[in-house]
Amino acid sequence: MAMLKVTDMTVNYGVIQAVKGISFQVEEGEIVALIGANGAGKTTTLHTVTGMIPPKAGTIEFDGKDITKTPAHRIVSMGLAHVPEGRRVFAQLTVLENLRMGAYTRKDKDGIEKTLTEIYRRFPRLEERKSQLAGTLSGGEQQMLAMGRALMSKPKMIVMDEPSMGLSPLYVSEIFKIIQDINASGTTVLLVEQNAKKALSIADKAYVLETGNIVLSGDAKALMNDDSVKKAYLSE
Amino acid sequence: MLTSIMEQLINGLRTGSIYALIALGYTMVYGIAKMINFAHGDIIMVGAYTLYIGIALLHLPVIPAMVLTAAVCSVLGMLIEKIAYKPLRKAPPLAVLITAIGMSYFLQSVALLIFSSTPIPFKSVINLNAVQIGTVNISGITIVTLAVTTVIMICLTLFINKTKAGSAMRAVSEDRGAAELMGINVNRTISMTFAIGSALAAVAGILYICQYQSLRPTLGALPGIKAFVAAVLGGIGSVPGAMLGGIVLGLIESLSKAYISTELADAIVFGVLVIVLLVRPSGLLGKKKLVKV
Ligand SMILES: Nc1ncnc2c1ncn2[C@@H]1O[C@H](COP(=O)(O)OP(=O)(O)O)[C@@H](O)[C@H]1O
Ligand SMILES: [Mg+2]
Repeated sequence: MAMLKVTDMTVNYGVIQAVKGISFQVEEGEIVALIGANGAGKTTTLHTVTGMIPPKAGTIEFDGKDITKTPAHRIVSMGLAHVPEGRRVFAQLTVLENLRMGAYTRKDKDGIEKTLTEIYRRFPRLEERKSQLAGTLSGGEQQMLAMGRALMSKPKMIVMDEPSMGLSPLYVSEIFKIIQDINASGTTVLLVEQNAKKALSIADKAYVLETGNIVLSGDAKALMNDDSVKKAYLSE
Repeated sequence: MLTSIMEQLINGLRTGSIYALIALGYTMVYGIAKMINFAHGDIIMVGAYTLYIGIALLHLPVIPAMVLTAAVCSVLGMLIEKIAYKPLRKAPPLAVLITAIGMSYFLQSVALLIFSSTPIPFKSVINLNAVQIGTVNISGITIVTLAVTTVIMICLTLFINKTKAGSAMRAVSEDRGAAELMGINVNRTISMTFAIGSALAAVAGILYICQYQSLRPTLGALPGIKAFVAAVLGGIGSVPGAMLGGIVLGLIESLSKAYISTELADAIVFGVLVIVLLVRPSGLLGKKKLVKV
């Protein structure tokens, strides 16, 4: 069964059509990459999937339920977490407070503490800096915090918007390794990236978005060898 | 001389703590909803009339009448937000500002229609004996005002910094979208903020009316505007800033009235505001904008 199924989704900003009737799906346990140039509509797609923007047309199903009209604040408790573009950690809250915000909808106190311990194990730096304000962290640390915060909801699926953006090469590799780890421990991942090479190298499947349309899709390894993809997205 | 200075300082603390209570409403609403709620001062007026209705017309005991006052103001604050401001969430700030000013006039007009412009005398319901410390005489209402505001400020600070709902408020005030992604119901958080701010205005209204003992439809305007100045002085959006701003403003006002001139007191208050904003544009404790990495 598809974990996420998007059908003929159209999204408008006023009269501008940013996403033009796209369909894609993510199976349980997969890493799916959504790649495309700046302005292609990747962020818009993710925002619509997690209820931040209502779609103009089309349907979105998550885990067998229609979430097309579900408001953003109800989606996270259904098991779908979003790591937004630009990280958007709460700069004036401490690292620990940020993590606890990630578990805002959870009621199981013991479970939350357990997840927190797991996240500290995965990101030891977050534990070292837990009482620091999130705004004082480096970019890479903030990205880890944004991921840890999303994981605090114990999601079935996580969507990530350009997690490697603006990070040093060392951090980029680390972030991609963490994404693989998260996936290996059972979380489905939808990954938006401009770093197509890295994204395709860890993904099972990929979709290529161009000015609001999906122009290519398929097995990630096959797309890596596709000439048009190579030319448009993989040239160094 | 010393006795007189002490008494002026205590007076200043008393009015200042009332300003602080009101300023908290401005600053919390600004932090969460990014708007100046110009009808906030008139909530004080509604609170004062509600207390009057509860005591003089319904003959309620003092405490239930005060609870009623706080409840009426909270519900009114939430209603105003729902009806007047919520539809304007995505509107330009000027439209919101004008709506808020309109709401302020609306509340005053309704009070005028019901109660007319003739002041209604109101006997204080806080009847505590004055206390003599050395040669300094502190009135009962002053003691109650200081005690109540201190307790409220401590509770509010704990609520904002130590509870889950308080963290959610801070998260919403920083990044509404990201807060929504955490599962926080932003609309409900905004409603709650208006309710808390209006309840604080109700308390301020009760203390104010027990001090001045006269009801008019415009009675909220002056403390409202002073408290707004206090909120800006302390740094709009900052909770400790509103507390500090209120106290500082009360002290300056009281000392200027006593030692400089009653007429000039307001001018001095605004002068201090201008100077502070020149030196620190974001106010005494206002946050400088953090640069996004
Ligand atoms: N809030 C907005 N209002 C109007 N247009 C927008 C808004 N956000 C994005 N767009 C436009 O929608 C298109 C897709 O943007 P976006 O989804 O951010 O692309 P990507 O994430 O792939 O870079 C772009 O043309 C962009 O200018
Ligand atoms: Mg984007």
